[in-house]
Amino acid sequence: MELLVFLILFPALAALLFCILPNGRLRDTMVILVSAIIIAATLYLFVLFAGAGTVYFDIDGGMISQIMTGLEVVISAGLLYLAAKYRQYIIAALVVVQLGVVLYAESLMHGTVALNNLFIDPFSVIMAMIIGIIGSLICIYSVGYMRDYHEHHGDMPDKRRWFFALLFVFLAAMFGVVFSNSLFWLFFFWEVTTLCSFLLIGYSWDEQARKNAFWALLLNLIGGLGFAFTFVWAGLTDPSGGLVMMDTLLAAGPAVAMIPAALIGFAGLTKAAQMPFSSWLVGAMIAPTPVSALLHSSTMVKAGVYVIVRFAPIYDASMVGYIISLVGGVTFLLASGIAISQSNAKKVLAYSTIANLGLVVACAGIGTYAAVWAAILLIIFHAVAKSLLFLSVGTVEHKIGSRDIEDMTGLLGRLPKIALMMMIGIAGMFLAPFGMLISKWAALLAFLDAQYGFILILLLAFGSAVTVFFWTKWMGKLVEVAWKPEPLEVKISTQEYTALVPLTVLMVAVCIGFPLLSSYLVVPYVFGIYGMAATLGQANTIIMVMMVFMVLVMPLTLLYFRKDRKILPHYVGGRPATPDMHFKGSIGVQRPVALGNYYLSEYFGEERLSHIGNGLCIAFIAMIAVALLMGVGL
Amino acid sequence: MIEEIIFAIGFIILAPFIGALIGGIDRKVTARMQGRVGPPVLQPLYDIFKLFEKEKAVVRNEVNFYIFSYLIFVVFTGALFFSGGDILLVIFALTLAHAFLILGAYAAVSPYSHVGAERELLQLMAVEPMLILAATGFYMATGSFAVKDIALWPEPVVLTIPLIFVGIVYVLTIKLRKSPFDLATTHHAHQELVKGLTTEFAGPTLGMVEIAHLYETVFFLGIVWLFFASMPWVGLAAVIVVYFLEILVDNTTTRVRWQVMLRSAWLVALVAGAINLGVLALL
Repeated sequence: MELLVFLILFPALAALLFCILPNGRLRDTMVILVSAIIIAATLYLFVLFAGAGTVYFDIDGGMISQIMTGLEVVISAGLLYLAAKYRQYIIAALVVVQLGVVLYAESLMHGTVALNNLFIDPFSVIMAMIIGIIGSLICIYSVGYMRDYHEHHGDMPDKRRWFFALLFVFLAAMFGVVFSNSLFWLFFFWEVTTLCSFLLIGYSWDEQARKNAFWALLLNLIGGLGFAFTFVWAGLTDPSGGLVMMDTLLAAGPAVAMIPAALIGFAGLTKAAQMPFSSWLVGAMIAPTPVSALLHSSTMVKAGVYVIVRFAPIYDASMVGYIISLVGGVTFLLASGIAISQSNAKKVLAYSTIANLGLVVACAGIGTYAAVWAAILLIIFHAVAKSLLFLSVGTVEHKIGSRDIEDMTGLLGRLPKIALMMMIGIAGMFLAPFGMLISKWAALLAFLDAQYGFILILLLAFGSAVTVFFWTKWMGKLVEVAWKPEPLEVKISTQEYTALVPLTVLMVAVCIGFPLLSSYLVVPYVFGIYGMAATLGQANTIIMVMMVFMVLVMPLTLLYFRKDRKILPHYVGGRPATPDMHFKGSIGVQRPVALGNYYLSEYFGEERLSHIGNGLCIAFIAMIAVALLMGVGL
Repeated sequence: MIEEIIFAIGFIILAPFIGALIGGIDRKVTARMQGRVGPPVLQPLYDIFKLFEKEKAVVRNEVNFYIFSYLIFVVFTGALFFSGGDILLVIFALTLAHAFLILGAYAAVSPYSHVGAERELLQLMAVEPMLILAATGFYMATGSFAVKDIALWPEPVVLTIPLIFVGIVYVLTIKLRKSPFDLATTHHAHQELVKGLTTEFAGPTLGMVEIAHLYETVFFLGIVWLFFASMPWVGLAAVIVVYFLEILVDNTTTRVRWQVMLRSAWLVALVAGAINLGVLALL
């Protein structure tokens, strides 16, 4: 128990320290030290609880709950101030309504002898590892990145103290989300993550950043309102407050828990940036890259899918669950499509995150044991690959001065190490035998057994084809190495490497080690809930691992292919060309070759597809609302 | 287990020769359709041997690595298929192989190979949904993803998933690089000078691409056969008919723009998948 409390409180207390420390070596060292302690604590947590099943902890919640309520009031007041200052009246209204709803719900419940406020089970262990290890590595990376960032943006006020404090508050809140059994507590931490993301997105606080930050806040507050209504439901259904405990609620089964599951599912959809709420995550790209990495891999959106996966058993074989799956499936297909039309690397990453979370949501909505297994694998692989990709894009952006994929032509020659890491991350996102593909395989299996699952399979089949297109063309750009590249790999800060290298290793490790990951963490969780568990099958596992090794060994053939080869100039349709790809154009002028990728925006344009997706998903969510109001489909 | 290994090794050894034979007959039949005599049936093999006797010339060393990986993974794909492995993994392995081919073309950094690579990607994107839906169809018909189980299913699977079969035959034209969908590269003489994504490959490098193509041909015809597996000889007849049809289409159509290819392939996949799988799911 102490360890859980430590993981929640330690980053929060460290954040206080970072508010005080001035910019400089001491603070940088402290950030790295604190991150290292969090990583160590997370690993210790893994050792202690990985095989321990579900453990509940009794904490006398009275006092803590009061502190949380107090903090909620303070936060609300702060938000009201900001909302009033920038004339965001809808946000002000939402804050007031939400606070009112929560306080009203609390007044409905009396005599709460809440026990088991904290808990840990294999799924929480997985989430804690994602938050603790990946999140901390991102914090370490930020040290170097933010120094560069402020050198590039000299005119901006240096608020790095604030920045680092927020990062660690964010991590603390995320630990709170995954360890809370009390939904009241979970909700408190949930709202803290909303607040942190709002402040981090608006870090530079220029007009665009402010606008996007408020937009993210608005959508997440709408989701939070959905969450808050759960408490009103719980208070009206059972005034003793027993249903506010997640384990009790889940054990009560779909007949009782469908309404809160739908409400929390709705909150999860907003936080996981599913259509029609996806725009906030795209807007969040305005923030410094480590923030994006954090939002996409280990915090925020992961909190969204976390609660949906938690409630998956309730969704199993229900109409509400199926419609949630459809929201995820449609989001997966259309967000992947939009990614084709984007050349801004961060936007490609953003849309692919939205798409992959869509797949997680689709699995969780189906809610069978196989689907939940697939969903958790997806979460793990996505977290590792995405953090690696965001951080490498961030580093590249500072070195070449652009985040456009077209400007990354031949990066494998210019920044070989970073480009290689990027390639590994991309491969992890879509190629067999790497992680994401295993998860897609699992998702497909899960959909097969679901009723009307073939519609989800159609969405998956097309969506998967689309992902192949945009990832491969990105990789293609990286390998287009012009003749003699100038190496740029100087002055990449150690902190950036300190994060990138372990993440790359982690990526390869989870690919090779996924059978262990599956059988030690994912299967016990799934088995604990359903009494059944999906596996890949031994033969398939062997084949997958074989493929990983083949891919890893293949580059060695380069040693052979470098020998006694004759390098000839390009053919270029018979025109005289120079080795660095200049060819003789008309009237004897030398022209450089410029190669651009297809973006097919006529078909996969952002506006067009997001309109379709938003329309469809709003209709789906309305269907859930109608179904619940009419009391059918439970 | 031993049986599976024998099948895999059998495929690895025999497939290039069978593929070359099919290619040779293809060229002969094509020539007759065009009123020519055509090359000897073993010409594809001669061509490949010749390529390996040529100077080892490349524009970039890395290209060889990508193309070799392409070859290895195509062989792996086929071996996995013929040893009765999981058909979904087979499809994913094939995608991996093609990703390597495309990267090879990109790595050559030349306008023709670049455009070829982009077109190959479009082809990949056009075909992928149908392949995944076909795997799903096999599963819904037989309850298993294992090629072995599907092949041992007592009834012809095609009776349960006829539309999926039509869809596969449709995308086969793309995969076999035949007109009207030979956008990325083709075997026609008038195209060989500027040959899409393989433009910058020469000698042994090009030879590896050719060998991979032989393996792929056999692999895809294996998928066609799988629809009729319970009646092996009918299956063989079906393979011959389907391949003849591909030759016929190849010789009677002209190349289309990628938009038409992508749209039509997706439409076929959507219609075939939605109707056939939908009916199966609801029954």
